[in-house]
Amino acid sequence: MSQSLRPYLQAVRSSLTAALCLSNFASQTAERHNVPEVEARTSPEVLLTPLTIARNENERVLIEPSINSIRISIKIKQADEIEHILVHKFTRFLTQRAESFFILRRKPIKGYDISFLITNFHTEEMLKHKLVDFIIQFMEEVDKEISEMKLFLNARARFVAESFLTPFD
Amino acid sequence: MAAPEVHHLFHNPIADHSFSADHSTLAIARDTTVELYGRAGSAFKLQDELKGHDKTVTSIDIAPNSGRIVSCSQDRNALVWEPTPQGYKPTLVLLRINRAATFVRWSPSETKFAVGSGDRLIAVCYFEPENDWWVSKHLKKPIRSTVTTLAWHPNSVLLAAGSTDAHARVFSSFIKGVDPRPDPTAWGERLPFNTVCGEYMNNSAGWVHSVAFSPSGDALAFAAHDSSITVVYPSAPDQPPRAVVSVNTQLLPFMSLIWNGEAEIIAAGYDCEAFRFRGSVDGWELSSAVAAKGREGHGDQREESALNMFKQMDLKGKVKDDTQLKTVHQNTVTMIRPYEHSNGVVRKFSSSGVDGRIVIWTV
Repeated sequence: MSQSLRPYLQAVRSSLTAALCLSNFASQTAERHNVPEVEARTSPEVLLTPLTIARNENERVLIEPSINSIRISIKIKQADEIEHILVHKFTRFLTQRAESFFILRRKPIKGYDISFLITNFHTEEMLKHKLVDFIIQFMEEVDKEISEMKLFLNARARFVAESFLTPFD
Repeated sequence: MAAPEVHHLFHNPIADHSFSADHSTLAIARDTTVELYGRAGSAFKLQDELKGHDKTVTSIDIAPNSGRIVSCSQDRNALVWEPTPQGYKPTLVLLRINRAATFVRWSPSETKFAVGSGDRLIAVCYFEPENDWWVSKHLKKPIRSTVTTLAWHPNSVLLAAGSTDAHARVFSSFIKGVDPRPDPTAWGERLPFNTVCGEYMNNSAGWVHSVAFSPSGDALAFAAHDSSITVVYPSAPDQPPRAVVSVNTQLLPFMSLIWNGEAEIIAAGYDCEAFRFRGSVDGWELSSAVAAKGREGHGDQREESALNMFKQMDLKGKVKDDTQLKTVHQNTVTMIRPYEHSNGVVRKFSSSGVDGRIVIWTV
């Protein structure tokens, strides 16, 4: 793990632990409804101030807490055009399978690549510290995954180019 | 200190729990039902299920003398369950609210109970014998958001309420014909219905999760979402309070608090364990956790051999098993209540958690 990644992940971890203090809270605006307040945005007093943790201009995390749900959006590092395409394909693959990931949001927040929505029902049936671990591990792994895919893509491109160009030698 | 008595009942969250006066019955709010457990030896056994709500039951309370159970739910209703020889008989309460009911407590006199709601009001309910039903009067005035918690003053007239608009308030819930005229207190002398005797907020304006009057009723404590507890000492009616002491902590927020005598408060919440606060009108401070961390025979004293390490890596793909927390509760503590107490001094208290555990602690 690089030197600047560790404090970044530590900051995300402690902010998430504090933000994941959720309770069951029924809607104040709609009768007999219980909705994630961070998505409904109907009662301003139950929303907390959103928090952005940025490692640099291309990598940041947005945490939007509320009384019964939090939304975490991650901007994954994209240094060039290839990484941009890879990140897009990768997050699309995940979000299309959002049901099996429980906390994954189908659509990311504008300006971010992937979003998670954790409600009080998730913290009730899953271990809170493990949810935090999951997000942190995802952030750690996703960079590794993207750079691996890029290396693989480059290697393959080189191989293809070489095999195409050999007859013309 | 004796080890806590742990009862792991199921794997669902417990919103609220209440023991009967003789500790033989335990009522639990589980999802849409109220479950009654009876003591069988050292364990609790399911005896009865009270079904009447069709949304999450948010709060429950057993009146210590009459044995009546009141429950309220997010389906906007409250039910009073009357014990009869054929089992519990429900009576619907005319709450006249159209948002979720969030919290309910019997007054110490047991002639009234108060229901907090997401309709930004508190319904104070009492029995009307001529119509044979429970009717309610609304405390509405300065409340601007969901009422999350309530607590009764020992005189059964004053009612403290905390809400998500970050205020803890003290109201008068005096109902003519039901209550005898109360003695004047530091909170107020003449107390017609809906008198606001005090309105308090803490520094960073967190949602109030829990309020409690001290055993004498002369101080009010509340816990808020900014991980603080605040203690208010009133001076005289219509005067600013004698002291408002706030304790900020580095812990996660507290969901529930109780007084132990006049100089100690026990609070528990998102840290999954209970903490003690000690102090007086001159100042309060966090003193210690109620139970030492780390459980016997678990975690710490686990075999640390190389064989075990490889075995763990083979079985689970990791060296250390860190799914268990070191606290007794494995998830947020939702409610703590005095279990055994005399003259305001708590000897034992019970706690319920999102992890489905009921724990009885010795102070």
